[in-house]
Amino acid sequence: MSLLSKLEETLICLKAGRVTLPYPVQAKPLPENFRGRPIFDAMKCIGCAGCANNCPAREILVYDPCQEIRILQYLGRRCTYCGRCADVCPEKAITMSLEFENATNQIADLGQKLELFMSTCQRCGRCFKGAAALEELKMKGYRSDDIKNERWIYRSRAYLESERVVDDIQIELD
Amino acid sequence: MLKNLCQKMFGRSLWVYHANSGGCNGCDIEVLNVLTPYYDVERFGIKLVGSPRHADVMLCQGPAMRSTAQALKRAYEAMPAPKLVFAIGSCACGGGVWFDSYSVLGPVERVVPVSYYIPGCPPRPEAIIYGVAVALGLVDKKTAPVEFKQLEFPIPEYHPGDLRRDGDMVVYEKLEKV
Repeated sequence: MSLLSKLEETLICLKAGRVTLPYPVQAKPLPENFRGRPIFDAMKCIGCAGCANNCPAREILVYDPCQEIRILQYLGRRCTYCGRCADVCPEKAITMSLEFENATNQIADLGQKLELFMSTCQRCGRCFKGAAALEELKMKGYRSDDIKNERWIYRSRAYLESERVVDDIQIELD
Repeated sequence: MLKNLCQKMFGRSLWVYHANSGGCNGCDIEVLNVLTPYYDVERFGIKLVGSPRHADVMLCQGPAMRSTAQALKRAYEAMPAPKLVFAIGSCACGGGVWFDSYSVLGPVERVVPVSYYIPGCPPRPEAIIYGVAVALGLVDKKTAPVEFKQLEFPIPEYHPGDLRRDGDMVVYEKLEKV
């Protein structure tokens, strides 16, 4: 009985053939939607710090050393490549690259640092996002009012088309 | 210098010991995947051993935890002298997503000196093989720190001298140079 099972095992092994992947010579094609190291595009970045606010590992730091400069630093040590920063970026300045061969002997090699010029408010002296970018943000996320029914929607998820006017808005109308 | 030392000391087979100090087993499975026939690292002479006393390389997974830091340190001290420590996964490299909770001390380098980092959550088996290859000096590392500085205010109206007319478009030359 045991001999038979051994023979069966041998058959199974022979059927499998050679499975070893030729990795160091030729890499296996990456799966679709693979997320590697995020790459920050400094030309597109507006310094809104949305990525820093949404990073679950708190790996993106924002620091304003003076009125006009904002430093955005990605450390990359405990980044899990979740891609949330790339999702929230309004300018699509962060792309999840296909790089995964990031082995290094210095942890600082993984970092990326952007030093960005920011427009500052003439009154309070703080950094703010450019006017064009703000308008774009508004169009995308902040408000999309229902012009046809002349309804003001400021909570987009509370809105269903078949529903009557949302309660909050009635309060506003009063 | 470290590379030369590695080539000299670890010219032959590496025996690895894998120590999980509180990870989620994701990196464990990737390391075991490296040892399967699919990514057969025994071609390169890398072999998994059960005891740190036989090992040249320790593969650390998971952050240094309050409960396991002492055991990790003892395992490191039990290894014979020319030894390497690999931090595999984002927990071992930087403390993981729960880096600031009460039971996590932080990255593995708080407890043992780490010589190579392989980030990823979990890193692909290829990435682990690549990390070992970097340590052995077979390939060069690909990553380098990126630093970008905007030298001038990137608003074209502030630099009328750099505006160039190209057909029916106005091109800002400085923007292309940066």
